[in-house]
Amino acid sequence: MEKQFTLASSPHIHSGRSTQRIMLDVIIALCPAAIAGVVIFGWRALLVLAVTIASCVAFEALFNLIVKKEQTIGDFSAIVTGLLLGMNLPANIPIWQCVIGALFAMVVVKGLFGGLGNNPVNPAITARVFMLVAFGSMTVSAFPTLVDTVAGATPLALGTGQSPYTLLDLFLGTTGGAIGETCAAALLLGGIYLIVRRVITWQIPVAFIGTVFVCSFFMEGFNAVAALSMILSGGLFIGAIFMATDYVTSPVTAWGKIIFGVGAGLITFMIRYFGTYPEGVSFAILFMNILTPYINSWTKHKVFGTGGKKQ
Amino acid sequence: MAFSLHGVHVPHRKYTAGFPAELLETPKAVTIPLSMHIGAPAKAVVAVGDLVKVGTLIAEAGGAVSAPIHSSVSGKVTKITDFLLSDGRTVPAVVIEADGEMTPDENIAPPVVNSRETFIEAVKNSGIVGLGGAGFPTHFKLNADPAKIDYLIINGAECEPYVTSDTLTMENRGGDMKVALEAMKQWLGIKRIIIGIENNKKKAIEKMKELAAEVGNDCIATVKVLPPVYPQGGEKVLIYHTTGRVVPAGKLPLDAGCIVVNCTTLAAIGAYLQTGMPLVEKCVTVAGGAVKEPKNLLVPIGTPMAEVFAACGGFVTEPAKVVYGGPMMGITVPDLSAPILKNTNAILALTEQEIRTPKTTNCIRCGSCTNTCPFGINPAEIARAYQKKDAAALKKLELMSCMECGCCSFICPANRPLVQTNRLAKVFLKEEMTKEGKK
Ligand code: SF4
Ligand code: SF4
Repeated sequence: MEKQFTLASSPHIHSGRSTQRIMLDVIIALCPAAIAGVVIFGWRALLVLAVTIASCVAFEALFNLIVKKEQTIGDFSAIVTGLLLGMNLPANIPIWQCVIGALFAMVVVKGLFGGLGNNPVNPAITARVFMLVAFGSMTVSAFPTLVDTVAGATPLALGTGQSPYTLLDLFLGTTGGAIGETCAAALLLGGIYLIVRRVITWQIPVAFIGTVFVCSFFMEGFNAVAALSMILSGGLFIGAIFMATDYVTSPVTAWGKIIFGVGAGLITFMIRYFGTYPEGVSFAILFMNILTPYINSWTKHKVFGTGGKKQ
Repeated sequence: MAFSLHGVHVPHRKYTAGFPAELLETPKAVTIPLSMHIGAPAKAVVAVGDLVKVGTLIAEAGGAVSAPIHSSVSGKVTKITDFLLSDGRTVPAVVIEADGEMTPDENIAPPVVNSRETFIEAVKNSGIVGLGGAGFPTHFKLNADPAKIDYLIINGAECEPYVTSDTLTMENRGGDMKVALEAMKQWLGIKRIIIGIENNKKKAIEKMKELAAEVGNDCIATVKVLPPVYPQGGEKVLIYHTTGRVVPAGKLPLDAGCIVVNCTTLAAIGAYLQTGMPLVEKCVTVAGGAVKEPKNLLVPIGTPMAEVFAACGGFVTEPAKVVYGGPMMGITVPDLSAPILKNTNAILALTEQEIRTPKTTNCIRCGSCTNTCPFGINPAEIARAYQKKDAAALKKLELMSCMECGCCSFICPANRPLVQTNRLAKVFLKEEMTKEGKK
């Protein structure tokens, strides 16, 4: 017998896309906003980001070791979660809280559900909400060190209509808030990168942000400036672009994504205007995460040849 | 037709495009399996020691869905052995030692065709099967109720990377194709002919437009230029993109009023009608990164791959995989003794580099697979249902509609073995369904 070649199922070539590359793209896309956060909030912000990233990676590695699973930190998803979590925290948060948040994200939300791809909700968002509930409303009191502002409160905590910030402040992020959420310009840049790289599609961010804009526009008596400051404030951009688009916990088809985005936008709007918490993005995404399996089953593709044409 | 079906942009790597077909030197021996088609294997009509010539019948059709098989060389039958087909079946194979003369059988003469029946009979006797890959006996396909056939679609969408043999057919064998089309018009009552080709095959499009003009005097014949998206040549995909018709799941093209014939199959029919020489040689694209000089070669059926690769200068590096057909749907072989079959349009020797895949991770639920699948199937869900052995869910997910085109596996960033899982799931579902049927 001659040499045996590999026998394998077709196809025999691959597009070259990989989980690792997608995660790397997300990290690259988050960098501008992370850097902006460090510039705006100072070295303490850098420390928070470093701690959340390091502890997320460490907890994932440790978890894999303990449950004797193949090591998965090489897929970079733990770095993404760590970075996102850190960017959702204020720069003055106690470090031990960061570590607890990372533990919650990686072990409770991700690891125990079977690791990458199996978590029912987004680990970073859930950890943020968990910390908000467990440690009080620490997410609303960070002082930008770059500019001298009158108040340490975030634009949203000040209540609608009384924001001391101009649209430009909000766009550039020189306001109060979590490390990575304030600089809308940088987040937008990251979002465009992800769409160009085809890591995400436009539907969720556009539907999400668009819904909040339209609702606020009516609510504010057709005041475009107020509606704009509403969408530029708080965690809407980082949430809509980076967390609501998490594959695992968002719908698969284009229509499903639009439903998801509109739903999240409506909930955000309601919480912001009528709820007790000043910020609704995290809750909105969390809630839509839970609805995702249903949205998926309502909006799945019609298989070709099974009654009517596909889409 | 408002929407095009999805698919993927595969790297074309058609390095042999425009290469004329070179003749392979006579092989020393050929191994001809008695099943190179879908359906019942053919029955051997020769015995060890018999002398045969090129075109001599060596096995007759073993049923209605079957095809006869002819010798591809002149020489002596030395062995009738067991042969393991890639689908796991074992069939007899006739081994013929060539005398190097390639003497044609003296009984070869153009068939007498003067009716629908004699035409179908001629196609049957030619041994022609679907040469695009599936190997479905062509006479059986053509023997359909003429009233049901609205369209004859000629498949010139050669969407697999590397492969150029069909394109070569369209560029150079317009004459043979014409003869076949005229006969089909006359005897099968074909009214409308559409030739589907991707827009990256300029010369073939030109030639086919000439052909369409020539045969279009008393019927409507058109060339439909298609985007080069894989899998454009998939039967149901091609039907949808040329006619706008949807073949219902689990049904045949004929149920949508269409018959699809691959362009090389068509040329083979034309050649047989003119000469009476049955299908004994194939134009094969020999390519892949491991091949020294990729070529298109005319190869006697049954020639072992080793000789075909040798005629292309052998290997520059040790191939990692050797494949029958294209890289998206091709079938791997264990070693180079594997013979060229009737439906072999290409053989590829692929390097490690070419078949490299990313690291397999958990499914990240990105949805790329279902958003890419031409049929909108969700292979990620199928994989989860199969893991739970949930037959009802598999059925609901329309698993059986999967044509195994490979788009989903190709695009999956987690490198999940989606096509392979679909295949296993199909076997499982069929078993479950027969169990249910017995109850
Ligand atoms: S393409 Fe792969 S990773 Fe994405 S949903 Fe499908 S199986 Fe999962
Ligand atoms: S599920 Fe089947 S038909 Fe769909 S892309 Fe995958 S292999 Fe092709």
